[in-house]
Amino acid sequence: MGDERRDTDDGRDRTALTRSLGWFSLALGTAQVLAPHRVARLIGVEPTPRTETLMRAVGTQELLLGAGVLRRPPRGWLWSRVAGDISHLAMLAAAIGSDDGQRERTAKATAAVAAIGVVDLVASLRAGGDAGRAVRSVSSLTVNRAPDEVYRRWRRLEDLPGFSSHVTSVEVRDRRRSHWVATAPGGTTVEWDAEIVADVPGRRIAWRSLPGADVANEGTIRFAPAPGDRGTEVTLELRYDVPGGGAGRAIARMLGEHPEQAAEDDLRRFKQMVETGQVVRSDGSPDGTRSRRQMSQQPALPRA
Amino acid sequence: MRAVCWMGVHDVEVRDVPDPVIMNDRDAIVKVTSTAICGSDLHLYDGYIPTMEKGDILGHEFMGEVVEVGAGVSNLRVGDRVVVPFPIACGSCNACRSGLTSVCENSNPNAGIPEKLWGHPSCGIFGYSHMAGGYAGGQAEYARVPFADVGPMKVPDELPDDQVLFLTDVFPTGYMGAELCDIAPGDVIAVWGAGPVGQFAAASAFLLGAERVILIDRFEERLRIARENTAVETLHYEEVDVLDELKTLTGGRGPDACIDAVGMEAHHPSAPVEAYDKAKQLSRQETGRPHALREAILACRSGGTVSVMGVYGGVVDKFPMGAVMNRSLTIRSGQCHVHRYLEPLLQHIRAGDIDPSFIITHHLPLEDAAHGYDIFRQKQDDCLKVVLRP
Repeated sequence: MGDERRDTDDGRDRTALTRSLGWFSLALGTAQVLAPHRVARLIGVEPTPRTETLMRAVGTQELLLGAGVLRRPPRGWLWSRVAGDISHLAMLAAAIGSDDGQRERTAKATAAVAAIGVVDLVASLRAGGDAGRAVRSVSSLTVNRAPDEVYRRWRRLEDLPGFSSHVTSVEVRDRRRSHWVATAPGGTTVEWDAEIVADVPGRRIAWRSLPGADVANEGTIRFAPAPGDRGTEVTLELRYDVPGGGAGRAIARMLGEHPEQAAEDDLRRFKQMVETGQVVRSDGSPDGTRSRRQMSQQPALPRA
Repeated sequence: MRAVCWMGVHDVEVRDVPDPVIMNDRDAIVKVTSTAICGSDLHLYDGYIPTMEKGDILGHEFMGEVVEVGAGVSNLRVGDRVVVPFPIACGSCNACRSGLTSVCENSNPNAGIPEKLWGHPSCGIFGYSHMAGGYAGGQAEYARVPFADVGPMKVPDELPDDQVLFLTDVFPTGYMGAELCDIAPGDVIAVWGAGPVGQFAAASAFLLGAERVILIDRFEERLRIARENTAVETLHYEEVDVLDELKTLTGGRGPDACIDAVGMEAHHPSAPVEAYDKAKQLSRQETGRPHALREAILACRSGGTVSVMGVYGGVVDKFPMGAVMNRSLTIRSGQCHVHRYLEPLLQHIRAGDIDPSFIITHHLPLEDAAHGYDIFRQKQDDCLKVVLRP
């Protein structure tokens, strides 16, 4: 698909930025460890035995972070750099007040670290791309019914809101096209038009959002006979861009949204519907699909 | 209605709460006539099971009269007298079809929580925390019973509540503990814990053909009740060295199978060992104190079976895996799949093979539930089983 190629080019840019940050760290770290006095003077700090120790410690940290960032994939290392930048800014802020003769140099160093901090933050958010900006989740469950039946139940897209925690309505326009409304973090609503791009009865359905979607997304659901006459193995694969990129994803998590968990729970409720006829409710989770955060339960007693 | 609510550690209150309503088509509402406090309720009472919420209605051993049925229930009618199995099971998933109702794949709306802890989820259970589904329990005047077309079993009018109530949990749980031992003629079975489950495990081992049954506890009154009920031999673990004694009693072989009917809050006669596990449990470095389980493993004859019916929540420490591996032991376990034992055990009761009411030491009105929890926990007044009447 065209989307994938665009992702790859984008990915190459991201890697280049990350790698230059890694080499920069290694160079700075080496200087700090081997020549702490000169670096101290450069940033306008009086070279005392205490600053020497501190400088070497910071240098060692830089070497570690540089090596970490150069790993593939860099994973959390880029965020460690951001954390490091913040601590360095704090140290420099403390140093600024100490001697006004060297203030200008320290101020320049502070500005430089702040600038690097911004670059680190950008790189961190962008590196999140594969694992952060676009959410991809794969969930599997076995449903104790034949593949044809399970396929038919999912193919009735208008029934999806009955078991999905986020999809509030699906309006089927024709055999391929449908209009979706879903809730997003913070109580907002997102909408999109989707089209079915593959439809193999009893085997597979694939869909994707059309241009203009509030949240670009695509998904595939596969049905395969389970061995031992145990029904159908259902595998749901979802991919969508979280609004606001990596930061949006982090905020969503703070609001109790866990996209992978949500997809798994949706699939579980689909299974409940197919196998038992309804989504199962309890006093602690009385709202069925609308109970978005299962950790914040209502007490297990009947509601008035 | 009035209901027993968990308000915090060592704090239960009988409170006014709304009456239950039908939430799913396959629900029924049962007017509770008898409900018991289970040893596993004490794990909630003591605060060792996570995901309890203040106000949760407790209780998973209850029976009563059907007063309302949902549109999807055709096998029950208003007025039927039923016992309700503690695991909630849908009857149609692969687990239920295999008779493994306590690992029903559909009955836990909060399946994601136990899945994180245990790798895969387990069933919903009445009044047993939110990771067991967040269902209101049966220590109340009324209870909502999901999948009422699968769980509740009608019981004959001539059998009083006290004789059939324990079909809901402790009798089948003890029975399954013995059944998992695959008892062959001549087998000697040792049971740790003379609480209700241990009592039924010992009695069931005889029902299943054990030659001898040895029951281990530290409460003489409980051991006496067991001896009165069956030909069980008993060991007081604070007075004898259990491992030595079991060897002596079995010609050095060890019991052919050992049943742990104690679980996560076991005690140990040695103060340092007791203190070690208590510290680790309180600091959440282990969720259970597995003294009984460790001893059962070490005691079991080589090639034998250790059947674990005591409740464990998460992880335990100093688990003698070397003994399990090098001596060819088999460990079997599970929350009881109550549904599959209802009919056969009812037949045993009707035939007079066993009268499960022998474990009852206290009948209390529902209003006195807090007192019931207290004396059961403290083992005061020789308390072995409390039955509450709403």
